[in-house]
Amino acid sequence: MSTDPKELPGADPHTGNRDIDPVTGYDTTGHDWGGIKELNTPFPRIALIALVLTVIYSVITWFLLPAWPMGRDYTRGLLGLDQQEMAKDHLRELAALRETWLGRFETPDFDALSDDPALMAAAMPAAERLYQDNCSACHGRAGGGGPGYPVLTDTHWLWGGAPEDIATTLQVGINADHPDTRWAQMPAFDWMEPDEISALSTYVAAMPSGRADPDSEAATLFVENCAACHGEDGAGGMMNGAPSLVDGAVIYGQESETVMTTLRNGRQGVMPAWTERLSDAEINVLSLYVARQMEDSGGDTATGAMQ
Amino acid sequence: MTMTATLTSTERRIGFAISAALAVLGLTMAAVAKSGPMAVHGAMALVLGVALVFHLGGALYDHPEPSNRRHAEYYDAPTRFGIVMTLIWAVVGMGVGVWLAALMYWPEATPLWPGTSYGRLRPVHTSGVIFGFGGNALIATSFYVLQRTSRARLADAVSPWFVLIGFNLFCAWAATGYLMGQTQSKEYAEPEWYADLWLVVVWVTYFVLYIRTLARRAEPHIYVANWYYMAFILVVAMLHIVNNLALPVTWGSGESFTIWSGVQDAMIQWWYGHNAVAFFLTAGFLGMLYYFLPVRAQRPIWSYRLSILSFWGIVFFYMWAGSHHLHYTALPYWVQTLGMTFSIMLLVPSWASAGNAIATLNGAWHKVRDDAVLRFMFVAAVFYGLSTFEGSFLAIRPVNALSHYTDWTVGHVHSGTLGWVAMIVFGAIYSMVPKLWGRDDMAWPKAVEWHFWLAITGTLIYVVSLWNAGITQGLMWRAYDEGGALSYSFIESVEAMLPYYAARTLGGALFLAGAVLCALNCGATMRAAGDQVDEADRPLYTQPAE
Amino acid sequence: MLKLHYNLEKVSMGLVGAIIAVASVGGLVEIAPLFTIEQTVVIPDDMRPHTPLELAGREIYIREGCYACHSQMVRSLADEVDRYGPYSLSSESAYDHPMLWGSKRTGPDLARLGGKYSDDWHVAHLMDPRAVIPVSIMPAYPWLTRSLDTDLIAENLATLARLGVPYDEAMIDNAMADARAQSQPEADGADGLRDRYGDDITVRAFDGDPSRLTEMDALVAYLQSLGTLTDAAHEMFAEDKP
Ligand code: HEC
Ligand code: HEC
Ligand code: HEC
Ligand code: HEM
Ligand code: HEM
Ligand SMILES: [Ca+2]
Ligand SMILES: [Ca+2]
Ligand SMILES: [Cu+2]
Repeated sequence: MSTDPKELPGADPHTGNRDIDPVTGYDTTGHDWGGIKELNTPFPRIALIALVLTVIYSVITWFLLPAWPMGRDYTRGLLGLDQQEMAKDHLRELAALRETWLGRFETPDFDALSDDPALMAAAMPAAERLYQDNCSACHGRAGGGGPGYPVLTDTHWLWGGAPEDIATTLQVGINADHPDTRWAQMPAFDWMEPDEISALSTYVAAMPSGRADPDSEAATLFVENCAACHGEDGAGGMMNGAPSLVDGAVIYGQESETVMTTLRNGRQGVMPAWTERLSDAEINVLSLYVARQMEDSGGDTATGAMQ
Repeated sequence: MTMTATLTSTERRIGFAISAALAVLGLTMAAVAKSGPMAVHGAMALVLGVALVFHLGGALYDHPEPSNRRHAEYYDAPTRFGIVMTLIWAVVGMGVGVWLAALMYWPEATPLWPGTSYGRLRPVHTSGVIFGFGGNALIATSFYVLQRTSRARLADAVSPWFVLIGFNLFCAWAATGYLMGQTQSKEYAEPEWYADLWLVVVWVTYFVLYIRTLARRAEPHIYVANWYYMAFILVVAMLHIVNNLALPVTWGSGESFTIWSGVQDAMIQWWYGHNAVAFFLTAGFLGMLYYFLPVRAQRPIWSYRLSILSFWGIVFFYMWAGSHHLHYTALPYWVQTLGMTFSIMLLVPSWASAGNAIATLNGAWHKVRDDAVLRFMFVAAVFYGLSTFEGSFLAIRPVNALSHYTDWTVGHVHSGTLGWVAMIVFGAIYSMVPKLWGRDDMAWPKAVEWHFWLAITGTLIYVVSLWNAGITQGLMWRAYDEGGALSYSFIESVEAMLPYYAARTLGGALFLAGAVLCALNCGATMRAAGDQVDEADRPLYTQPAE
Repeated sequence: MLKLHYNLEKVSMGLVGAIIAVASVGGLVEIAPLFTIEQTVVIPDDMRPHTPLELAGREIYIREGCYACHSQMVRSLADEVDRYGPYSLSSESAYDHPMLWGSKRTGPDLARLGGKYSDDWHVAHLMDPRAVIPVSIMPAYPWLTRSLDTDLIAENLATLARLGVPYDEAMIDNAMADARAQSQPEADGADGLRDRYGDDITVRAFDGDPSRLTEMDALVAYLQSLGTLTDAAHEMFAEDKP
């Protein structure tokens, strides 16, 4: 490159400054800010090209998409796109894709459905995800339940463990805000004397092991107050949500401490209703999934209902 | 030299009066509020005001006047104070960042005291680093750069103190307010209405000081660094005022409701939020880059013309880009299109400034190799280029569909803030500290090299792990199987993040270690202050140039 | 152009004016029309504002920084609709000062949370998230059991009313009573509360203890109200079932 200042491009037009920088060969603008100078390097063409390209891209985009506000309206763009319609279109595509398997769950013929291994292979992973996003918070990621939330992998059911029953439970919930919700309340027995409560708790705590004394005062109390729901033998009232107290599978716990709390305050667990959040087909998929999960862990769907 | 020793007795009296006024303001706030965060903040102002009253009052009469020669020197005492505050906030803000990072895979470690919970600490981190660390660095360097590029002393001696002390009071109010649960929840604008108002007063003082000093400049042309600092001051004022308009619930409650709601609030919030990035985290730091890089490299700025393009491009395009934070939301599509296209055009001026900085190093590459301080600045320019490229990419709607709400955004943020903002600040600090404390070099020159490698390793670990995290997260959320059913539950994506969160904590810890080393090194340098005066580093005129 | 600029560089107030002018355009063009274009926000007929208790809960949500980890904005993307429910409409946050759309999803979106879980679950989760979700990384909020500070409840409503949220005199005057009534299903105030805010609101002892009005009551009431202020989004999807 020549070092003759007169041949160099971009010499400062105002100062005519020819303070040549030996590295780049350009002169400076002639200013000095406490030792800082600026070179008069000509405008790099690449920056201009890049700018023009991005502007072209933008102008094209503005023509195609909704872009500029015009007072009380805005330009719609030649493609006529609407982000919400686009989302709905995508959902429709997905729904079409799902139709092949999920569509079959609209009719809850669970036996036929579960006899189709191909269908199950498609549906169960989807059910697993639905379960994890909606149910695992309460019933645990493996269906193991927790204090206050029933186990879904054993053979003990409050409302029936056949897929049909589970589907109803999901649709209406338990103590939920659905108009037909399943209703289950353990009343508070706060009017009882503390020693009665205490005796009854010890009695109830001993029920699963069969060591509860049938001749005790507590046994009388039980028959008088509890049998209406939990049954004379304590095996629960089928389909009124009162758990069996003899099978060792309770929701809140059966140590006498916990039973005392139950008696003092009563219980009314809430299982939400899912019709607003999940479609009927999704509820059916889930019901089958929950029923099978129980089956996998050794239960039997047909007789899974409370024994 | 302390603050008082640099003030004349008149200036001390003015300072005394302002301090007394601050004490009265604090007392009034505390009295009106009676209890709660606003009362605590009133008490803080009261204590600060009283402390300053005693400090200045003790020196009102019997203190020697500063010599008349001071007009032939730059007024650097406020800058020195600003640097100290920068370092303190760096350690606090980044320390909290590392703690937050740790909490994200070790949540049990949260002490059961409300003030230490993640949601309250997160804004302590963001405000602490952006305003505390970044803001102090910007104000301190702006005074330094303004005087030297204007060859003039600051227009007066009281307002720089008012700006710095007032700004730090704002930062302290912000951080302590969050701990007490006081927040407007607007990201990067969380402080309540009275703190917002206080910042307006501080900022107007800052602007007036800036303009008055600029008017004394020796060189008729205003240097590019000052364009950027000015854009930073002006636009931040604009954004701050509009975004923070709020109606207090009662005068004494320190609580308010923003006047904006819903979709308009979202747009104004991200018009603010994005341009807080642009004018707080970018424009001001470009001013810093435009001064310290050429001085350290002893090279002229590569292209004056490119500077013009990038400056006006940044000022114009950035202001349109905020809606890229709201892609696919309930914000109308047309605004999103504008946000996307302007973000793409914005890449050109952004790369123009990064390119201009890097080309300035032509002829000084051996210095980049040998001098860790210059290397900090070079790396800053590179990360500036990287993060703006990434930003423009993330602003494309379909890309944002994947990245939004994920840790990719956080990765992008820290490639900008660690790689660009913090690196340029460290470069500037290492350039200024020896000079301002009258020495040749830092007390431990080797530690600068260590700091550089800690910082670069930390940044890379942080950014790379969060890219992985964010992209994994985004892909998991949207993954469908062949049957058209979602493949993953949300909680699976949370679990998948844990190794990346652990790696990020490590990266952050390395970066923090570097910052602590820097603070110690600066402390050692300050304690061993020398008396070297650079005779060339002096103002020329005190007369206005316009 | 260059010459013009060259001269501008010499006038500091000129530069100031130019910066303000150039920086103002973008905001004006993008923000002002959001107030003038009517279809930007169409308030549905059934839209209600938050009850005083929910509003108090919202203040706690803000105070604790839940928005740092949770969004409340379902984007118009198929996967989000599949996972969370109908995408959010601008009207749904029209009474929100400020909006809480959020910018990070460390935890899931909460825009459609109302009714998804029981009150008990929320209480257990907020007290200790890992008690119900062992792998959760959400912090615990055990201090929410303290009493709710109701000093500003009426002023909060009055301030929002001044900003255009449709709270009428009766709502403001009864704010305190309404807040208590919503957490005491047995008390008399519930009817008045329903008269003012509609039958869809939930009146329950959210924290399980009707005798005390706690921060937990307020926060859970707020969480249970998310996505339930209007049915517009659900109706839109029901009408045109994808
Ligand atoms: C808010 C917590 C919660 C969520 C979420 C939840 N459940 Fe439940 N579920 C409960 C409680 C509590 C009960 C027991 C109600 C009672 O006490 O009678 C229950 C009961 C059930 C039952 C009846 C068990 C029996 O013995 O008959 C089934 C089946 C069930 N849930 C399945 C599900 C499924 C499937 C989902 C997800 C779609 C789900 N649950 C979501 C809390 C929940
Ligand atoms: C009105 C019907 C009713 C009566 C009477 C009743 N229970 Fe219950 N009980 C229930 C229901 C329903 C549940 C389940 C509550 C739930 O699902 O949350 C329950 C739950 C329980 C539990 C908790 C079991 C678990 O899953 O942890 C115990 C223990 C119990 N009852 C004992 C008693 C005793 C002892 C009495 C008599 C003093 C009694 N119940 C009277 C309906 C009744
Ligand atoms: C550190 C981040 C973090 C903070 C802060 C946080 N959360 Fe969470 N949140 C999570 C994560 C992660 C999950 C998913 C795991 C779980 O359910 O616990 C979650 C889940 C939830 C859920 C369940 C949502 C669903 O649909 O399953 C609710 C409700 C919730 N959080 C409310 C809150 C509230 C209210 C606050 C503030 C008081 C809060 N969160 C603060 C991270 C956070
Ligand atoms: C050309 C320049 C840039 C563009 C176009 C850009 C674009 C973006 C985009 C698209 C997002 C994600 C928004 C979302 O999905 O929520 C984002 C977030 C962010 N960026 Fe940038 N970016 C740029 C440069 C920078 C730089 C240099 C920094 C820092 C110094 C930075 C800091 C941030 C921050 C802090 C956020 C997070 C905001 C939040 O959600 O809280 N950006 N940016
Ligand atoms: C030691 C180094 C740092 C660490 C470990 C760190 C860590 C973190 C963490 C954990 C978060 C929260 C992310 C989330 O919510 O998921 C965060 C957010 C953020 N940090 Fe840092 N940080 C560091 C330094 C900095 C610095 C120096 C700056 C600015 C100068 C900065 C600016 C921010 C911003 C703006 C956000 C908000 C991002 C968003 O909303 O998307 N950080 N940081
Ligand atoms: Ca604010
Ligand atoms: Ca954010
Ligand atoms: Cu942005």
